[in-house]
Amino acid sequence: MPRIGVFVCQCGNNIAATVDTKKVAEEMGRLPGVVYTCDYKFMCSSPGQEMLKQAIKENNLDGVIVSACSPHMHEKTFRKASEAAGLNPYRCEITNIREQCSWVHHDRTKAVGTVKSMDLTRMTIQRLKKNRPLDKIRIPVRKRALVIGGGIAGIQAALDIAEGGREVILVEKEPSIGGNMARLSETFPTMDCSQCILTPKMVEAELNENIKLYTYSEVEKVDGYIGNFTVRIRRKSKYVDEERCTGCGECIEKCPFKVESRFELGLAKRKVIYTPFPQSVPNVPVIDAPNCPKIQKDRCGVCALVCGPKCIDFKMEDRIETVEVGAIVVATGYQLMPNARFGEYGYGRIKDVINGMQFERLASSSGPTGGEIRRPSDGKVPDSVVFIQCVGSRDEKKGVSYCSKVCCMYTAKHTMLYHHKVHGGKAYVFYMDIRCAGKRYEEFVRRAIEHDGAMYLRGRVSRVYERDGKVIVQGADTLSASQVEIEADMVVLATAIVSRDGADTLAQRLGIGYDRHRFYNEYHPKLKPVETVTAGIYLAGTCIGPMDIPESVAQGSAAASKVLALFSADEMSREPITALVNKATCNACWDCVTACPYSAIEKDAVKNRQGEIVRRLARVNDGVCQGCGVCVAACRSKSIDLKGYTDEQVFAAINAF
Amino acid sequence: MGEHTEHTQTTGNSSEPRIMAFVCNWCTYAGADLAGTSRMEYRPNVRVIKLPCTGRIDPLFIIKAFENGADGVLVSGCHPGDCHYTTGNYHARRRWIAFKNLMEFVGIDMRRLHFSWVSASEAIKWVDLINNVTEEVGKLGPFMEYKGLGAQAVE
Repeated sequence: MPRIGVFVCQCGNNIAATVDTKKVAEEMGRLPGVVYTCDYKFMCSSPGQEMLKQAIKENNLDGVIVSACSPHMHEKTFRKASEAAGLNPYRCEITNIREQCSWVHHDRTKAVGTVKSMDLTRMTIQRLKKNRPLDKIRIPVRKRALVIGGGIAGIQAALDIAEGGREVILVEKEPSIGGNMARLSETFPTMDCSQCILTPKMVEAELNENIKLYTYSEVEKVDGYIGNFTVRIRRKSKYVDEERCTGCGECIEKCPFKVESRFELGLAKRKVIYTPFPQSVPNVPVIDAPNCPKIQKDRCGVCALVCGPKCIDFKMEDRIETVEVGAIVVATGYQLMPNARFGEYGYGRIKDVINGMQFERLASSSGPTGGEIRRPSDGKVPDSVVFIQCVGSRDEKKGVSYCSKVCCMYTAKHTMLYHHKVHGGKAYVFYMDIRCAGKRYEEFVRRAIEHDGAMYLRGRVSRVYERDGKVIVQGADTLSASQVEIEADMVVLATAIVSRDGADTLAQRLGIGYDRHRFYNEYHPKLKPVETVTAGIYLAGTCIGPMDIPESVAQGSAAASKVLALFSADEMSREPITALVNKATCNACWDCVTACPYSAIEKDAVKNRQGEIVRRLARVNDGVCQGCGVCVAACRSKSIDLKGYTDEQVFAAINAF
Repeated sequence: MGEHTEHTQTTGNSSEPRIMAFVCNWCTYAGADLAGTSRMEYRPNVRVIKLPCTGRIDPLFIIKAFENGADGVLVSGCHPGDCHYTTGNYHARRRWIAFKNLMEFVGIDMRRLHFSWVSASEAIKWVDLINNVTEEVGKLGPFMEYKGLGAQAVE
């Protein structure tokens, strides 16, 4: 026979005003298995908790019920107290007779509240009789992190984790870390040179002993769960031995072949053996194999001839590396929407229509024009430039529904940069709304308009075409209700920020969610902004949605702090509310596998004595299971149960109704 | 001795409808708590069973509730899209659609079975829901067809 104690809390007058707690305790004492009952003014107070502990010890109780406030308030308190008295914490249950009884039924005769409290307590008692002792799940944690994406968010996350004393593997698919920020000229609203603030961080990441840089590499497969991920990384062949290369650049200089530079967005050419930009980290060139005549047709090979340390190897192949990590930070960033969708703006047809990122390269002192604003068609310094905002953003029909957030600010920055570099140049901005919420952002845009003389026109552009070497922009100025036509030398489109190509594939590999724009889903958009539904995988930066540099950096640090917290103990402990499969009855229909939102159910192999696999059965991975119980209700053969909410427990409560 | 023999009838007025609610821990349970902290008032006929997620609800729970004397059953969880476990409530909804006809076939008046979404902030909705369900089930009177079936089965 069980030995259950029932403690009814008066909560001062909060419960006692509408519930006869004494009567509840007495009545419950009549039930079989209940050997101790009492009511008390404040169960959660120290004397109350002491009383609970005493009663457990003196009466040798094997289960306790506290009928008090919501379990969301004090379940932890009472389970802890029970544990201190030697009871398994999961043999302590709470009945909610305050929030869901005494506070919502105002009957001062106490009849209604007392009856309901007795019913609820009785249901909990019967449920408790079926409670099994549970132990917290302990999972060993491998204290090494993987950061996917070497942009500013990823670099920040890697640096913070490394400074916390943990190893980090930073994977970047391009030959250099730096990401999109490396392309920018100046940054709003401080007008810091982007490279000047970014490159020291890149170098820091390279030199930090805790950080391993895997550039020109991609994540191919992710297995495992929080604390214990196994990740397969493809390290693409650079055809250059990274260990021996000194970064002298002789090979780049002597390479006779040029192709369009992806980093410069088609505004300049680069060699076939190249580093994306001069400050690349690591400063090791890679050979663009599809364009290299030596690799394709065995002709040339000049780079190998001039290479002093002899580190070029045309036969080098991709390497697959498998690493074990405890946590993953995803910081894969963004790309710009292809402008080709916007034929009316002439992108791709008219050479002098460029996008915002290309303008960044023109304004950058390390860019193709050395920082002089020159238009792509003939290299002329433009006398007037038209900036068109919201190209693709806030355009449900042709583009995306959301606001890309940074364009208002960078367009204002562009007009300023243009004005500073081309005195007397005229900047026109077609905008829908100016959105510049942020510290010192509004002032920045005002400065562009008032101090640097940018002409802001509220309205959309209907047509862009060429005439006599000029780009003619026709649009509406809705504030003066007139049609305007501007003869410009160059047009800059503030194109929408979109998720990276392949963002969905990576999400599927990682088992994290994404929205219809393929931006990754946070666990909770407000309260868990860098976590994902998959424990142990965190997010940072623009892979979540459009954001600016300070936000990306803050998220990198936030993700790092989550990782460091996870790594602070050798094991992590979790609530043991997880599903459990009865192997004797599982018939391998895999309905549970389909139903599980967390991919926590594996197809476990059962082997015979010869070691041959005879059948497969469902097995729940405690590290991944979050305890929702969807699989339990989905199981046809009733072979899965949820610890803490077993069928037995629920039916016992229903039976006591 | 079956558990049911320990049962002491404590519902004062036997003509009052008895409602059992299966709610999820994250939205509806928290919403019901909020009704309490906001000192709202509603009909006392409901007995709540908390589960982690509506996706945990087995249709058998509902049958068993009717067997054990419920005159009405209520299922409530997070709004679609808001599930704490991302998709649990979609499973519950699909199961609801699939089992509705079966429930009707086995003789359950669908006016006795209610399905709702109540978020953690919708205390008022919870209050209205309980009052309305109590009212509607009350009009139907006691549900005798299933009462005592469980006891017979055990014996």
